[in-house]
Amino acid sequence: MGLDIAFWVLAVISVGAALSVVTQSNVFRAALALILCFVGVAGLYVTLSADFLAAAQILIYVGGISILIILAIMLTRDMQHGSPSNKLQIPAMLVAAVLLGVLVYTLTNTPWIVSTQSPVEPTTAALANKLFGAGGFILPVVIGAAMLLAAIIGAIVLVREK
Amino acid sequence: MASVGLMHYLLLSAVLFSIGLYGMLVKRNAVVILMCLEIMLNAVNISLVGFSRFVTPALLTGQVFAIFIIMVAAAETAVGLAIIMAIYRRHETIDSDKIDLLKW
Repeated sequence: MGLDIAFWVLAVISVGAALSVVTQSNVFRAALALILCFVGVAGLYVTLSADFLAAAQILIYVGGISILIILAIMLTRDMQHGSPSNKLQIPAMLVAAVLLGVLVYTLTNTPWIVSTQSPVEPTTAALANKLFGAGGFILPVVIGAAMLLAAIIGAIVLVREK
Repeated sequence: MASVGLMHYLLLSAVLFSIGLYGMLVKRNAVVILMCLEIMLNAVNISLVGFSRFVTPALLTGQVFAIFIIMVAAAETAVGLAIIMAIYRRHETIDSDKIDLLKW
């Protein structure tokens, strides 16, 4: 019962914050609403008993990515122009509504095989075994590390003063 | 009211993804477009973790995929914002309607 209430509260918070990001005319307030959306998603991970992912979400999204985005907003002086929409508002709304309809139709008509097992808790040790253990995902982890390094170097090269 | 299950999380994920898609198509400020992209990636993560919780609770594979998505999203944000800064330095604007050099 407590999980149900938590889910509904967090779902309303995340969807409301996401709608606020899309409709807000002030870019900075949109970024703050985005942070609220990230926090809501982290709470949803907690209700899904994914404790490590919730912590990672707070650290990476709320702590890192939102700071990057706010820094970019501050450095580009387009703030006074706000966050205007282009001329595609109605077609875009149509596309999004059609996609949502198709998704809801397929989701509700697929017979999902739901397991009744209780989830692994806490997940950190189990995730580490998955990522670094034998027969796990060690190769993608190494590739991901190389990709992050390449991304950092690429970002430095892109913004470097000539 | 039914107890919250897999379907609730999947529907929430679909709603968030559609909101992000709408914002991405409509917004002209490049930073806001990136923000909407982040919303879409988070929506996908919710559905992956939901599958991991309700379909294969003992395997945790969905959470591993979510970790990789978070990793790629971090790299994508860093490079995307760097590109936006470079464009801003050269063109003094990040309005995606005015950045049309490659438009035919």
